[in-house]
Amino acid sequence: MRARTSSFRAFEAILAKDLRVELRTLQSVPAMVLFAVTTFVLFRYGLDRSALSGSLAAGVLLATVLFAAILAINRLFVAERDEGGFDAIRLAPVDGTALLAAKATALVVYLLVLEAIALPVFAVFFLDSWAGLAPLAGVLALADLGLAATGVLVSAIAANSRARDLLVPLVLLPLLVPVMIAAAGASEPLLAAGGPSYGGIAKWLAILALYDVTFLLVGYAVYDFLLED
Amino acid sequence: MKVPSLRAQAVATVAVLAAGFALVFFYAPLDAEGFIQKIFYLHVPLAICSLAGFVVAGIHAIRHLRSGDAVHDARSYVSIHLSVIFGIAVLVTGSIWARAEWGKWWVWDEPTLVSFLIVFLLYATYYPLRYAIEDRERQARYASVFAITAGAFVPLNFLAVRLAEPLIHPRTFSSAGGLPGSMLLTFLVCLAGMALLWLSLVRFELAAKSASARLSRLRRALEGEAYAPPPAGSRIAPGIPSRTASASWMSDPTTPRI
Repeated sequence: MRARTSSFRAFEAILAKDLRVELRTLQSVPAMVLFAVTTFVLFRYGLDRSALSGSLAAGVLLATVLFAAILAINRLFVAERDEGGFDAIRLAPVDGTALLAAKATALVVYLLVLEAIALPVFAVFFLDSWAGLAPLAGVLALADLGLAATGVLVSAIAANSRARDLLVPLVLLPLLVPVMIAAAGASEPLLAAGGPSYGGIAKWLAILALYDVTFLLVGYAVYDFLLED
Repeated sequence: MKVPSLRAQAVATVAVLAAGFALVFFYAPLDAEGFIQKIFYLHVPLAICSLAGFVVAGIHAIRHLRSGDAVHDARSYVSIHLSVIFGIAVLVTGSIWARAEWGKWWVWDEPTLVSFLIVFLLYATYYPLRYAIEDRERQARYASVFAITAGAFVPLNFLAVRLAEPLIHPRTFSSAGGLPGSMLLTFLVCLAGMALLWLSLVRFELAAKSASARLSRLRRALEGEAYAPPPAGSRIAPGIPSRTASASWMSDPTTPRI
């Protein structure tokens, strides 16, 4: 069996802990799902439409996912701060990025679960055909990586500050504008009224991938400074 | 290279800016768009200096994280501070130009202005971020992390917004042949003036912070126990510490952390 580095074992342990805690306490994901479904209802009345397609559908879906993600990002590091998790990772002989990677992966898992439920609900509420949903799930997965990369950074900064719940949306939303632009650009043809089309999607996927790589690298570079006391 | 004194630099700034404006009003030819086009000589140098200032702030932030010296944090803070102020001027002049060109105060299908708005909104969150963290050293560290992240964000943002919108922002540099010679000269002088203005304002603000930090240290030395520093949340700007004093003496250890 391939020997595993201690950092990878730490990553696994923290990820397993987070997922187990979430499974037992159910504090993030149900809230995100409920929020998403309620927001769909709000949009139905706000836009005065019962059927959506193209750019409107992409916008409603992505804005909802973005704001639901903020709910999870707000509480990503709360337990670590309250229970001394930051101290533990500083004392342990592992790379601090194990914590970063575990939190980012946990966030991606939460978002995937959210989308697994919210996407069918969205389709039932607003869409005429489900044909575009499978490639849309792929676009959302790529966007989730970008959300996680910046979300973890901002969450770590905000965890040690005073107005934590205020700071996360304030700082995170401008940073997520390129994700919104690229994901909406890719989703719009997939949700078009006449059925999904794939023209021009490659450049938006490229931007999403570039964003993901850039902020994962930035997070890796600066994370140790966030962990210092 | 010996850095010129602040007074000499300030005089040079006023001189170059005056020369630039003289060129704008008396030398540069009128474009097809008329007199309002001359706001280009104000708007574009402001935008370039503001964006360059954000990049410079990111570089200072990297130096701060690598060395731990709070002087770099002060420089990063002041750079962002002035670039945000220049950014307000960019948005206002851009809005005036948009109104004159296209009849509306704001146009969304104009990627450079929209990208700039997003960058401005991001850097404007720098202040509440610093306010929210009480411990001085941690505040400085997190602010540097933010400056680096935001610096990485700027080119990505411009790329994304540009791809999202059809291009109607005046492409004054890529039109056939570029700017005619007289306009190019005027533009370069104005750009030099704005850059000097930015650098002078940065130096003035750093000098002011350094002076007030020295004053606080002297007062503390004089008054000893009787000295009451300002409450921890009321001053977010980094003071410039002496090499011997610790950087976090201003944080009040009795303030409860939430």
